[in-house]
Order: sequence, then C-alpha cells, then structure tokens
Amino acid sequence: MNELQFLTWVRGPGLDLAVGLFLLGMAWRLFEIYSLGRKQDLAAPRHAAGASGLHTVFRRSMPPPGMLKRSPVSYLGGYIFHIGLVVVVFGFAPHILLIRNLTGLSWPGLPSQFVDLAAVVTMAAMVVVLVDRINKPVKRFLSTFEDWFTWMVTFLPVLTGWMAVQHLLLPYTTMLALHILSVEVLLVVLPFTKLLHVFTLFGSRWFNGKANAHKGVPV
Amino acid sequence: MSASLEKVTQTLKEVIDAPIASYFESCVHCGLCAEACLFYTETGDPKYTPIHKVEPLRRVYEQEYTLLGRLKKMVGLSRPITDEELDQWQELVYDSCTLCGRCSLICPVGNDITYMIRKFREGMAVSGHVPDGIRGATQRTVEIGGPMGLKWPAVANVLKKAEESTGLTIPVDQAGADYLVLLSSMEIVNYPEYIEALAKIFHKAGISFTLASDAFEATNAGIQIGASDIARVIVSRIVDAAERLKVKYVLSPECGHAYTAIRWEGPNLIGRPYQFEVVHVLEFLDGLRQKGALKMKDKFAEPLILHDPCQIVRRGGVLQAPEALIREVAENYIPVADQQKWNWCCGGGGGASAIHTDEAEALRAKAFGVKKRQIEAAGVKTMVTFCANCRIVMEEAIDHYEMDTKLLGLTELLAEHLED
Repeated sequence: MNELQFLTWVRGPGLDLAVGLFLLGMAWRLFEIYSLGRKQDLAAPRHAAGASGLHTVFRRSMPPPGMLKRSPVSYLGGYIFHIGLVVVVFGFAPHILLIRNLTGLSWPGLPSQFVDLAAVVTMAAMVVVLVDRINKPVKRFLSTFEDWFTWMVTFLPVLTGWMAVQHLLLPYTTMLALHILSVEVLLVVLPFTKLLHVFTLFGSRWFNGKANAHKGVPV
Repeated sequence: MSASLEKVTQTLKEVIDAPIASYFESCVHCGLCAEACLFYTETGDPKYTPIHKVEPLRRVYEQEYTLLGRLKKMVGLSRPITDEELDQWQELVYDSCTLCGRCSLICPVGNDITYMIRKFREGMAVSGHVPDGIRGATQRTVEIGGPMGLKWPAVANVLKKAEESTGLTIPVDQAGADYLVLLSSMEIVNYPEYIEALAKIFHKAGISFTLASDAFEATNAGIQIGASDIARVIVSRIVDAAERLKVKYVLSPECGHAYTAIRWEGPNLIGRPYQFEVVHVLEFLDGLRQKGALKMKDKFAEPLILHDPCQIVRRGGVLQAPEALIREVAENYIPVADQQKWNWCCGGGGGASAIHTDEAEALRAKAFGVKKRQIEAAGVKTMVTFCANCRIVMEEAIDHYEMDTKLLGLTELLAEHLED
C-alpha cells in the first residue's frame, strides 16, 4: 500500500468503519448506563431557587469557590485544552467541510492562523496537564494505563493535524492519512474509555443536581 | 467465591443504578475531589481521595454491567473483589468518610460521590466489613431503642427533671398534638437543656407537642452503617408513633443524621410518603422568628462563629435558617469563609464518631485541623453549632489541642436569650 492508497483507505472504508463503531459503541454504552434506571425519591420535596438538574449542568462548568486557587493547573489547563479542542475540531474549515459531507450541517470556519495558534496552545496545555498528572501525588495515585492511553489518543490527532498543515516531518499525504487514522482510533476508543465523559458528564451533573434539588440544595 | 463475598457482590449489583453508572463513566481521575475532603487536605495522603474510596464498587460495576468488563471477566482478565480488600477498604469507607458531601459539590463532571459511598456501605454492611463501634451502636438502637443504650425510664427521668426546672408540663403520648418531638440520645444524656429549651419555646408560642414513649430516639445507626433493613426498623418506629398519635408534624432534633434519616431517607425506606411533615427544629424556630414570635430579651455579646453541620445544611437543605437565627441572638457573629453548603465537616459524622480505635481517633483529631484554622482565623473563643454529634466530636478535638474554645448549641443559646 502506497501513501495514496493509505489515504484513500482511511478516508473511505476506514472512516466508515470508525464512525460505525463509534455510533454503535455509543448507542450500546449509553443504553448500558442509563437503562439501569433509578428509584423515585418518595420524600416530600423542598423547593429552592437555583436548585435543579439543569442548573447543575451549567453551574459545574465553573470552579466552586476557592477551588481555582487550590488547583489552578487542573482548572486553567483543563479549560484551555477543552476550549482549544472545540476550536480546532469545529472551527477548522476542512473539518467543517468533512462534517458537511457526512451530515449536511455547516457553519463558517475560523481563520486558519487562529486555528493554528489554538492547536499549539491546546498541545501546550495538554502537556502541562500531563506533567501535572505525573507530579501531583493524588493524580498519579489515581492514574491507570487508561489515563495515559486516553491522553495519547487525544493528543495524537491534534499533533498530526497540526504537523500536516505545517508540512512537518512527513509528506503531506502521509501525515494527513496518519491524522485521519488517529482520529479514527479516537472515535473507536471514546465510547469504551473515560473519554465517554464528553457525553455522560451531562447525565451525571443532572442526576446530582436533581437529587440535591429535591432537598432544596443548589449544587 | 466465599458466601460472604457472593452476598457483597449481589448487594452491590442491586445498589448500582443509572446515576452510579453515569458517575463512574464520567470520572476522569482529575483528583479534585481530594481537595474537597478534609481527610485528604489535613493528611495529604492520596488514599483519602473520595473517588478512590469506591474503587471496589467501580470494579463490580465494570465486571457486572459493562460489555468490556464482562468480556474481561469471561477470559479471566479482571480482578474480582476479595475479603482482604474489603477489610482494607473499611478504613476508607467508614473511618475516613463522614458522608459530609463536600466532594459531591466540587466534582467537575458532577459526580455525587457521597451517594456512591453511602451505597457502597450497604455491601460492606452485609458482609460484616464494618467497624465494631458502628456495629455496636446499631445493635443497641435495634435492641434497646437508641445507640447509647438508653431506655424509656431514663428518658422519663430526664423529662421529669426538665419539668421541675422549668415548671412546665412535658406531654407524653398525647394524641392529637401538633408536634411529635424527637430527641437524640446524645442530647438526652449530655445536653438535657435542649429539652428544657424546647418546652419553654413551645409553651410560649402556644403550640401543642408531645413525646412518644416508644419513639423518642431520632438517630438512625442503620443508615450510618448502611444496612437498609435495620434503618427501616428504626424509622418505622417513629412513623408508627406519629401516625398513631395523629400529629401534623414531627420535629427533628438538631442532630444531623437524625434529620437526614427521618426527613429524607425515611419515606424511601418504608416505601411510601408520610402522612405528616418532618420539620427540623431550626426551621421551626425560624418560622417563629419570621412571625415575630421569637423575641430575644438580650443578645450574646462575645464574638462567635457558626459551624454548619453537613447533614442538616449541605445534605439536608436547611440552608437559610441557621444564619438568620444566629444573627437574631448574637451581637458579634463572624461569618467564616466556607459557610453554609460549603462548610467543612467536624470530622466525625456519618458514624465515624462511633469508631474508637486509636487510628480512627488520631485521624479525627487531624481532620479537625480545618476547623481549628477557622476558629483561629476568626479569633473567637465561641463556636455555635446545631448537632449534638458535631459538638461532641469537636469538644474532644478542642480538648485534644488544649484550645480555649467554648461550644454552644444554637437552640439552647436561643432559649437562654428568649424573652420571658
């Protein structure tokens, strides 16, 4: 297989396979989790302003009082790389084109220099949170193979994409093919690792917010 | 697999629901929950990270409920939970977790870790992986009536003394009263002034109340230990008495776990809503305050801070009443930085204060460090709280550090300054 054949494969059957596995995996996992159900709370509810599942879904995106100071790297690093990923994934014109081809949905792209900068900042922030994971006793203690693996699986698409655009190291075609392949790996892996939090965190925040709202506590 | 392990797995399988599954799937191992937990902040030991405390539960979830986990189990790649492991986890689930709920407020993906620990305790309880202190307290509550082994004649004696010192009658088993008053054993034994204070307030407000000779104890060790069947027996006693006496309200004492048990867990334990309302004593008092029926003759002059008990405030939803009441009675109330739902635990809730091993006591003393700093930062000699358990735990710690801090109960403080 030469580089063109490789690119053709990752763009064609490879992409179909990855998207298919991603969708099947997602459907299965979400069913597996949310079909477990939960018991109704029979205690008489107490009502309080700002207490509901939906409030918590939004409120938890902000650091609780005092926490930014306690763990600045987690919060700042976390914000930067999450926002950076959104900018790079959904703001880069060629990505929007791909999404339009797949779904028909489209929106205006961001200037490519800006996306470039976002990619570099995202990678820098990801390296910082990785170092933090190695350095901080609690994070290191909690870390398993999955934590290092998912970091790598998330980092590689950004790195290869940026390198392809910058024409670094390998010929553009090869780097682009590697980039698409790394995204396909990410798609397949996402439903079965902690990367699933991208979806389940809304459910978690909602459950927590709702259970505590029942007692009249905005959490 | 041993018979007891099979029981644990079965119980844990039963307690795992959609929220717990969603919480486990959402955890990204960021470790921020550690920063919310006083057992971590005061010791710096990563093993006290809240989400780590439910690791065996996570493995059961993965092995029993997820596709990959089941595949791994089939080919022998997964590590089943063991008795030794649960033994080791006892310290993490009981000694170093007070179910204070602070981690559940901090988790960025929204996990209610306290809920998970509470559920995990159910599995620990069925397999006997429970500290002796909590087991003993639970047994006494079931067999005798209260965690301290207090029987009705002793309570009647305390009531008689309260009647003598106040000159008021304290009705017992009186059908048709508005309020059924519950007590916690700790109040009966250590702070009988609470009963006197309540009698005075009820009489002054002209509201009828009664005690029940077969349901005076409000605390529920079954909930602390995580044994639903025992918790149900204990709570049913109160529900039966309240419905027999046809009271409109059941008045929960200051005690934090008692309030959670009767207000929030009770209906779920008996499987139906109550025919009466449960009111926390501070909500009751704040209601009187708002109606102008709680007048003070004078105010407490010395500067003081308030300790918000977790189960009443953060986990119980009595958010506004305590501060409104303290402002009513204190001249120099100093709010602390982390107050109301952000408060730090006394270190001995959730049954932890019933564990009397040297290690558990040393850990509790260490965990008190955060309260100690609050007291020192405010530069006060008085701290007011409204949970008999918090009070005892903090009094022990204050003795331990030889601090010059006085602890007061909010209801008593109000009673002392109430207009005659």
